[in-house]
Amino acid sequence: MQRRELPDVVVTGIGAVTPLGVGARTLHERWTAGTSAFRDGEAPCADFEPSDHLSMKEARRADRFTQFGVVASDEALRDAGWADELPYDPFRIGCILGTGIGGIGTLEGNHDTLRDDGPHNVSPLAIPLMMSNAGSAALSLRHGLKGPIFSVVSACAAGGHAIGTAMRAIQCGDAQAVVTGGSEAALTPLSRASFASMSALSPTGVSRPFDNRRDGFVMGEGAAVLVLEDGESARARGANILATVSGYGATGDAHHLTAPSAEGEGGARAIMLAMADAGLTAADIDYVNAHGTSTQLNDRSETAALKTSLGEYAHKIPVSSTKSAIGHLLGAAGAVESVATILALRDRIAPPTLGYEEPEDGMDLDYVPNKAKTLKTTSDDRAVALSNSFGFGGHNVTLCLETA
Amino acid sequence: MSTTTGNTIESTVVESLKTFGAKEDKISRDATWDAIDVDSLDLAELAQIVEDEHGVKMEEEAMKEIKTVGDAIDYITEKKGS
Repeated sequence: MQRRELPDVVVTGIGAVTPLGVGARTLHERWTAGTSAFRDGEAPCADFEPSDHLSMKEARRADRFTQFGVVASDEALRDAGWADELPYDPFRIGCILGTGIGGIGTLEGNHDTLRDDGPHNVSPLAIPLMMSNAGSAALSLRHGLKGPIFSVVSACAAGGHAIGTAMRAIQCGDAQAVVTGGSEAALTPLSRASFASMSALSPTGVSRPFDNRRDGFVMGEGAAVLVLEDGESARARGANILATVSGYGATGDAHHLTAPSAEGEGGARAIMLAMADAGLTAADIDYVNAHGTSTQLNDRSETAALKTSLGEYAHKIPVSSTKSAIGHLLGAAGAVESVATILALRDRIAPPTLGYEEPEDGMDLDYVPNKAKTLKTTSDDRAVALSNSFGFGGHNVTLCLETA
Repeated sequence: MSTTTGNTIESTVVESLKTFGAKEDKISRDATWDAIDVDSLDLAELAQIVEDEHGVKMEEEAMKEIKTVGDAIDYITEKKGS
């Protein structure tokens, strides 16, 4: 495949709110140290207190998923050096955020009100808080972003789609910079019951991706935000460049509403597209941040997809799952995992797949069991990773991320 | 929906505005909605609370003419009395 000549897109700021705490570096440091965030079969952002970060008005005007996004964006914009002033014309700065189910907590609360107290008591804030685009709208308002502002919804692939779409918006010239990422707050009764009734959740409440005993995912919540800029513009303003988003591949399975195909054809194709987009081959890849949900189907199918797409290199490249530490953040997962991947590449560390003890026949990649290890890179001056995100509906996204 | 502890019209309005995030020391009869950062979504919530606690329906047309905290208290008081 011929690589088109497109502008490079760089990451100049990152922020995260995850079950391991507030802060992108907190996520990276705790995960690589082998810390996990599970309590009672879930991974809540237990330390997150909205009033630490938001005014009373801001907090009550935002569903929890939006609150996570806003706080992650504050960190990312500070990190990018944007805290005092936007570096570009606001109409040239977009915001594209992913979410799986948006403000489902707001929806459930207002449905209770509707049932118990009648329609006249449903909050005027119900729609603006529950709408899935509330996150990108809130970031636009808070930071004065006036370029393309929207949200993408593709279940557990949404964070990956958002970043890939943001990259394309910059490459195509629709924006000079895009604030992107994903957010999710779906630890709610309806969401819990719904995932459980389709047998997607782990009944034992243990997230152990790729392990033979895995029995479903464990739900987490949180957000991550990345500031993406046109490379030339970022260099011209002397920005600190954290990483390059060098490749994006997106495909659909057209196989089943929720199940991936056994051989992972769609995932394999997304991985190959991302590598081709970056002008790279399997020989250049140093690390894979897997989707690795801890479901029987995903982890087997993803392993097959990696073998198909990476060929002989599949067994040499460390593959690990952030979900072993923080659970599945659904529409935020791709963004949170991209942030974790960037910091892992920077420090030349392959973070661990926690809880991995028992291999399954045929699943024989290097899953980096339980302990982080030094990342050996194929090149002295860069580290390259793939980050996979696959969603119900048969949505597959792979991002190729590089750091110096 | 927000709940308040006040039982007079004034306390209902003031407590509601505080819940919406308006600063207590800025709330006065003369304060305009702009001055205390109260917008149309807040006023829609205020209307719900007032109807719930005092049985007064704040008409949409009348709401457009209400620009200050005092205007709102007077409107509700007058409507409740009639």
